[in-house]
Amino acid sequence: MAVDERFPQDPRDVAEEAEAGVRNEIITGPVSDWATDFSHLEPEWSADPYPIQDDLRQRCPIAHTERFGGAWLPTRYKDVSAIAYDTERFSSRQIIVSNFRSPRDIAPVGEAPPISSDPPFHHDARKLLLGGFTKKEVAKQEPATRAFCHALVDELAGRDVVDAARDYAQHIPVRVIANMLGFPEEDGPQFRVFVEDVLEGINRQPEERQEAFARLDAYLLAQVHDHLDNPRDDLTSFLIDAELYGSKLPPNVVTGAMALLLIAGIDTTWSAIGSSLWHLAKTPADRERLVAEPGLLPTAMEEFLRVYAPVTMARLVRDDMHWRGVDMKADDWILLSFPAANRDPAQFDRPGEVVIDREVNRHAAFGLGIHRCLGSHLARMELRVALEVWLERVPSFTLDNPAAVTWSSGQIRGPRSLPLRIG
Amino acid sequence: MKVQINPELCQGHGRCYDLAPGLFGADDEGYGQVLGDGTVPPGAGHDAELAAANCPEQAVELLEEG
Repeated sequence: MAVDERFPQDPRDVAEEAEAGVRNEIITGPVSDWATDFSHLEPEWSADPYPIQDDLRQRCPIAHTERFGGAWLPTRYKDVSAIAYDTERFSSRQIIVSNFRSPRDIAPVGEAPPISSDPPFHHDARKLLLGGFTKKEVAKQEPATRAFCHALVDELAGRDVVDAARDYAQHIPVRVIANMLGFPEEDGPQFRVFVEDVLEGINRQPEERQEAFARLDAYLLAQVHDHLDNPRDDLTSFLIDAELYGSKLPPNVVTGAMALLLIAGIDTTWSAIGSSLWHLAKTPADRERLVAEPGLLPTAMEEFLRVYAPVTMARLVRDDMHWRGVDMKADDWILLSFPAANRDPAQFDRPGEVVIDREVNRHAAFGLGIHRCLGSHLARMELRVALEVWLERVPSFTLDNPAAVTWSSGQIRGPRSLPLRIG
Repeated sequence: MKVQINPELCQGHGRCYDLAPGLFGADDEGYGQVLGDGTVPPGAGHDAELAAANCPEQAVELLEEG
């Protein structure tokens, strides 16, 4: 067995280190007023957050909640972009709103670099990964992705009603990222549990959350050991061997980056594919036009990304300050809603309408500034191929039962059940 | 007309080289690069305008010559 002293054999040796930090009381239940008590984890938000965001943008553009130990929700494009660009006053130390603040000294690296990193470390960690995610590099994954999409559609043969979220969309990013990280394809179902634990289990009890994170850490450590024993040409071996500042990466940077690539690549793309198919299922004119004009898909796809942007990020306020009319406290969360920014009438004409041939579309679905989604080129490739194959093979489809569509909860939004009547 | 990219603003979204591949390319890290000296040939003006109008970081600039 290959030995690398950075990585212990027993995952418990890693898990015991964590757990400094501050917890707050967990508050759940119906929202009294979205301006003063918002919660992105309540069912009303999951079902349809856009009317809530539109209302807040008019009457209270930077909403607040005492939940999560204190958080703010800006809904104007100009505020969301200002925060994304201001890495001095808004830290990325944690990017998922929860009931736990990790210690301030985990900055500038954070738990899942580089998404959780601040300057100056951020730049160097991100630079390591950029080359693996360029448009040219991810194009190498396209033939296998297309073949896999076809295989998924083959499986649907003979059925009148299929679940496009469960039977199609979710499998695509799972398979792509498993291949890129060099994890076993058959572990896909486990990845989905990890994703739910990290992104949706926000209001679970601390012990339950810790156990979930320990399971993820143990899995990643096992993959590291497998790659130490059998190095290969994939992102895991790349991270194990990579050097920064003249030495190999610290173990928490290796496994933190692996966690990021695994978690961030799955839910997000699954959501984007699912939301696009949901829209087309309930909008026959758009579906028919895209079937007839496949060349319009890249433009339409950008509109789906704008209007159904799947990803909301978070920041932590660095120090107490008065900011654009509100009094922010150190370690208040900012729920950084790119979806809300993308529907701001000050930035977009007809923001609530889906205009599939919208030519000018300066949307922020992949973020703005130094944290621009590292995987955006991969996500766009997967979304395009998934929609191309679906529209080619299943040109006619409608919602089987609109009430049966369910949506994810938390910062990543997309359909989790999407029953479609096909053929 | 010429195009240029402000490297201080570019974050590698790649909208310019998606929309106007005749005018822009990518470097090894995915940041946008102007091809040649950035002169927009006849017929490519619309592509140049699309690239500028869709850059999320407003890093693509159009320069009128003359």
